Amino acid sequence: MMSARILTLIRKELLAVWRDKRSRMVLIVPPLVQLFIFAFAATQEVRNVTLGVLDQDRTRQSRELLARFEGSPTFTHLLRLEDESEIATVVDGREALAVLHIGPDFSERLLAGKSARVQMILDGRRSNAALIVQSYVGEIVANFNAEWSAARGLEAPPTVLVARAWFNPNLFSQWAIVPGLVAILTLLVGLVVTTLSVAREREFGTFEQLLVTPLTPVQIMAGKTAPALLIGMVEGTVILIAAIWAFDIPFTSSLALFYLALFVYLSAVIGIGLFISALVQTQQQAILGTFLFMVPAILLSGFATPIENMPEWLQIATQANPVRHFLVLVRGLFLKDMGWNLAVESLWPLALIAALTLPAAAWLFRHRLY
Amino acid sequence: MMRRLRALIRKEFLQVVRDPSSIAIAFVMPVVLLLLFGYGVSLDATNVRLGVVVERATPDTQSLLDAFSNSRYFRVDVARHRADLEYGLVAGQYKGIVVVPADLNVRALQGQTAPIQVIVDGSDPNTGALVKGYVQGVWQTWLAHEAMVRGRPLTAPVTLETRVWYNPEVASRNFLVPGLVAIIMTLIGTLLTALVVAREWERGTMEALMSTPATVVELLAGKLIPYFVLGLGSMALSVAMATMLFEVPLRGSLLALTGVSAVFLAAALSMGLFISTIARNQFVAGQVALIAAFLPAFILSGFVFEISSMPTVVQWITYLVPARYFVACLQTLFLTGTVGAVLWPNILGMVAIATVFLGLTARRTRKRLD
Repeated sequence: MMSARILTLIRKELLAVWRDKRSRMVLIVPPLVQLFIFAFAATQEVRNVTLGVLDQDRTRQSRELLARFEGSPTFTHLLRLEDESEIATVVDGREALAVLHIGPDFSERLLAGKSARVQMILDGRRSNAALIVQSYVGEIVANFNAEWSAARGLEAPPTVLVARAWFNPNLFSQWAIVPGLVAILTLLVGLVVTTLSVAREREFGTFEQLLVTPLTPVQIMAGKTAPALLIGMVEGTVILIAAIWAFDIPFTSSLALFYLALFVYLSAVIGIGLFISALVQTQQQAILGTFLFMVPAILLSGFATPIENMPEWLQIATQANPVRHFLVLVRGLFLKDMGWNLAVESLWPLALIAALTLPAAAWLFRHRLY
Repeated sequence: MMRRLRALIRKEFLQVVRDPSSIAIAFVMPVVLLLLFGYGVSLDATNVRLGVVVERATPDTQSLLDAFSNSRYFRVDVARHRADLEYGLVAGQYKGIVVVPADLNVRALQGQTAPIQVIVDGSDPNTGALVKGYVQGVWQTWLAHEAMVRGRPLTAPVTLETRVWYNPEVASRNFLVPGLVAIIMTLIGTLLTALVVAREWERGTMEALMSTPATVVELLAGKLIPYFVLGLGSMALSVAMATMLFEVPLRGSLLALTGVSAVFLAAALSMGLFISTIARNQFVAGQVALIAAFLPAFILSGFVFEISSMPTVVQWITYLVPARYFVACLQTLFLTGTVGAVLWPNILGMVAIATVFLGLTARRTRKRLD
């Protein structure tokens, strides 16, 4: 009888979300659209860069060096400059991300066996892209040097460095971003569905009606949790399928572990959502509360910028952020063939967050309502 | 007519003052978010944890190890066997491992090559690429130093001399903070207005407003002007924090900054107004504001992810995101100065967005109830 009540309540909650055409649209279409747009947009590789080139040497040697840039996929546009004064114009106006300046004595010094200097000017307004471009240019110059030395029988570099990347040999951004989107998009849905369904009932006064039914606060909470959990699980599955089939991202670990992690993560997220709903009175406050939690949760999760770069105190604070732990899990499950022993290290903080927020929300409900 | 408008503005202002949540959006949110993100969002990978495997300790391996330990980029852990560190790489404890071979010795500097292996964690491609570059840098400096000590300085045929303009020390904070201001203003601008009209519809007070002699233009202006003033206030607060607390230089003119901010606010507020006009309930308006404002501002604005690297279709979509224009303007105004060539096209873009959204909103807000 008790479970029948909960089932009825869950049905009612699902209907409440589903019946309204606008909220139905909002739950289905945007996450999918976002998945595809963001998966392609959120790339930290740098491509299609316009490179300004000022060649004051104009010899075979300088052209040989420049030809190496023309062939690279990074620099699709080479902007020829005629005069030193043009450098400032193209960089200031964001026409070129970088300018390569070959001085008039380039070939002379190169042929004389002295070091020939090439200047590169980077746009510091986009320092991250600039740094990446710098390393590309450095590689091209190093290759040029190696071949130049080899062709002339000069001393080769004494030791070599062999670099490899594990888990993602070509360092594709998408391989990290798409699993990350599982965390972000399910967070969005889980949080919004819980918080707003409670807040709306409060504002309309239907929450009181729920309270006068024989349902206990715990049962009411279970009814509010189930739809978000269900929708979140479905959405997680859709992204998982898209990641594997549409984006060709390897999924190296076990599906059972993925669903366990998703379940624990959603419980933590919903716990936080219910906690916010227990605190607020109106929908506006609920939306504000969700924003105030969600925006830092995403920006400080390690999704776009690494946690290690944060100051120590903030790194400790991010332990309370479920997105952080789940990101480690999804990226590990997709790319690193993460096993149970490692997964547990990120699972227990999530379980702890859920175990703290859910009862706290139940307590708050009881004490603010009765 | 002016009197009617003034009365509407006064009504809206009173509503703002009486509901602390709008004030919280405008003044508490920028402070909290800028503090969190200013410290938390950073791409400067310093103190990266690096594992170094030294198979046999010799003076040469020790000197290379010292080179890594003394670098400001790395915190080094040493192990004898690579298996000890490989687990740490899977666990995400290390971002990279360097394997120094047992036979690295003086002989290595006499033309024989002993490969040094670098393995980076590809599950975080951006950091992986940076770590690879840093290791390469440390290794090259070490080589040059060793060669110098042995009296056989290396001369590379071509040396690259890099200058990063506007941000010589390549502090990511200098370009991230202006971007964060743009994101925070998008959030505030859209949220402030997204909820107000939706709330009036939901509570039925929109009908009351429509039965007054006020025209549609007056109604919209009455909604926009108070939030515009509030938005400018929070912009001033954000700029003050960026320059004073985070010490980001402000090289452009204040007049240009004010102008650009005003145009951006007009675009963001009218987008919010449009959202709330079509959504008509706060649940949907809140969701749409989140989906249409925050996430695109974060991912599609060029704030961390380079727009030129995105696929062409996604690049077109970025033209619909007001934050895109604002990020470009703010980065230029803060770091470079008042560069007309950058500002004017971006201002035009924002004016176009504001006009389109205002026009659409006015059309949808015919005085009818449907």
